[in-house]
Amino acid sequence: MQKKHSPIQSYPDWQKPTHLENQTWQAVKIIFILLLAFLLLGGCNGRAATTLTTPSTSRAIQNKGSDTMVNIALAWAEAYREVDPSVSIAVTGGGSGTGIAALINGTVDMANASRAMKESELEEARANGIEPVEHVVAIDALAVIVHPDNPVSALTIPQLSAIYTGRITNWQEVGGRDAPIVLLSRETNSGTHVYFLEEVVRQGDSKSKEIFAPQTMLMPSSVGITSELRRNPNAIGYDGLGYVDPAHEKVVAVAEDENSPFIYPTLEAASSGEYPLARDLYLYTAGEPQGVIAEYLHWILGPAGQQIVANLGFVPLPGD
Amino acid sequence: MATYEEIEQTREDTAVSPTPRRRNGRELIIEGLILASGVSVIIIITLIFLFLLKEGLPAFTSQPISTFWGRRWYPIEETYGLLPLLAGSLLVTVGAVVIAVPLGLTTAVYLGEFAPDWLREILKPLIEVLAGIPSIVLGFLGWVALAPLIQNMGAPTGLTAFTGSLILAYMALPTIISITEDALYAVPKEYRDGSLAIGATHWQTVWRVVLPAARSGIVIAIMLGVGRAIGETMAVMLVTGNAANIPELGLGMMFQPIRTMTATIAAEMGEVAQGSTHYSVLFAIGIVLFIITFLVNSLATRLIGGRPKQRGAQL
Repeated sequence: MQKKHSPIQSYPDWQKPTHLENQTWQAVKIIFILLLAFLLLGGCNGRAATTLTTPSTSRAIQNKGSDTMVNIALAWAEAYREVDPSVSIAVTGGGSGTGIAALINGTVDMANASRAMKESELEEARANGIEPVEHVVAIDALAVIVHPDNPVSALTIPQLSAIYTGRITNWQEVGGRDAPIVLLSRETNSGTHVYFLEEVVRQGDSKSKEIFAPQTMLMPSSVGITSELRRNPNAIGYDGLGYVDPAHEKVVAVAEDENSPFIYPTLEAASSGEYPLARDLYLYTAGEPQGVIAEYLHWILGPAGQQIVANLGFVPLPGD
Repeated sequence: MATYEEIEQTREDTAVSPTPRRRNGRELIIEGLILASGVSVIIIITLIFLFLLKEGLPAFTSQPISTFWGRRWYPIEETYGLLPLLAGSLLVTVGAVVIAVPLGLTTAVYLGEFAPDWLREILKPLIEVLAGIPSIVLGFLGWVALAPLIQNMGAPTGLTAFTGSLILAYMALPTIISITEDALYAVPKEYRDGSLAIGATHWQTVWRVVLPAARSGIVIAIMLGVGRAIGETMAVMLVTGNAANIPELGLGMMFQPIRTMTATIAAEMGEVAQGSTHYSVLFAIGIVLFIITFLVNSLATRLIGGRPKQRGAQL
């Protein structure tokens, strides 16, 4: 009913020329302002990008990869500023796989990795015209951790394998309480994940096809594992020794098999090779290191760099 | 007095060709710009879809289709079963819808039809603020506060599908509430007057007249809310535990860790080398997501049932 009348009412308004003209002008102005804003933004981006890339070829180092190593890498970068203030080092984490992928794609100068590069990755890098060079820069012991209230304090590698593949699902079966085991692991892009898969889940057997049980929760970071572990009495996880805080997590002693002694991950046990879950930490460069990168690497392998490794709870390389 | 048709006729004549006014270049430019922006949307969508196809299709040619039907997702061993990811996304989204839709609709009906003015003045802006909270903040809240709560309820871990559903429901609520309320508000006053005049109670009016009249707006509200839930990534990644596991059917289903498709793409995109099988499989997941959203949207259009004739019932 109402609709029949409305056109009559709005009619005079519609015809007013000034009204329409104002609106049109406003629209034109808005569109022009928007266009201008876009052009300006585009311009800014272009310029910003060029100013950033020019110095990176000379005095800046892009460093990315392993989350296990990110704290060491940051400490190295920070300390190196005092050694040579003209070099700026940008460090990012994300996982060994992420760093290696970035090295293959040519977006970083150095990749941190807590595992060696796979043959397939080396091939991909060569296909992109990059020859990765491996440098061992530190040693890390992998600690198996549980909630402090968990009575279990020692596990063998076969037991760990059975737990992580889902053959053992209750703590009772390894001498604990009657409670389900909640499995925590790092994401698949983590070198720690791959190391744990090869050395623990598959027990070092390269022909084994066993993988993590599907209910394994893949945590995006080392801190993700520890913070879930602190509040979950049934959880089990693993982390680099440098990330473990014995006040909040209980470190489990690990034995190669039932007949071997149970060893706690300590700096001594790791560097002597006694502890079964110790591994090398790597730095990969695209080609033989040159210029600032070579100087930086030399400093890392020297006493100052290795002292930082020890300060952060990792194992320094055996000195000559 | 002139009939309605005659008036309409005059109005259209004047509107299309305003007698003395020039149809000048300015208007043509504006029309052109509007057309260009409209067309650019279509071009961008087409390009995105083509890009997805270009990067994702190699996955289907290099791997037999049965690979994707597997029950395990373990990309570093070239095991690309999509079932656990599909199950995870489905579980979280359905859970979120079941929680958010009834809650959102009742809140909107209360706000729009029953709440006293002063209360509405307080609640409406607050709900809109809720919509502005970045999703990662909600995810963090879920990780720190919600997960321990759910763990204390007896679940083996607090990072479960249910935790994800709660966070997503919370995220979809503001959208559902404010759009539904707008749709209720847009129902012409005559409808209510008429209903009340023939003796219906307030509640009968709302239930039998206002809600059906606002139907299309409500469906849009739900679809937008659900759309936000399906596409959400970071918050879900934080609170669902990220275990690519197909939950066993049953009561405990919602209380197991799962992994969604979006979280998988986000977590693994950084690690893959461009052009590898894993890379194209991740894009293939993107295609699957695209298809699902497309189906949901088409379903919504079908539900609305074409263009409503009464303008008031539209948004």
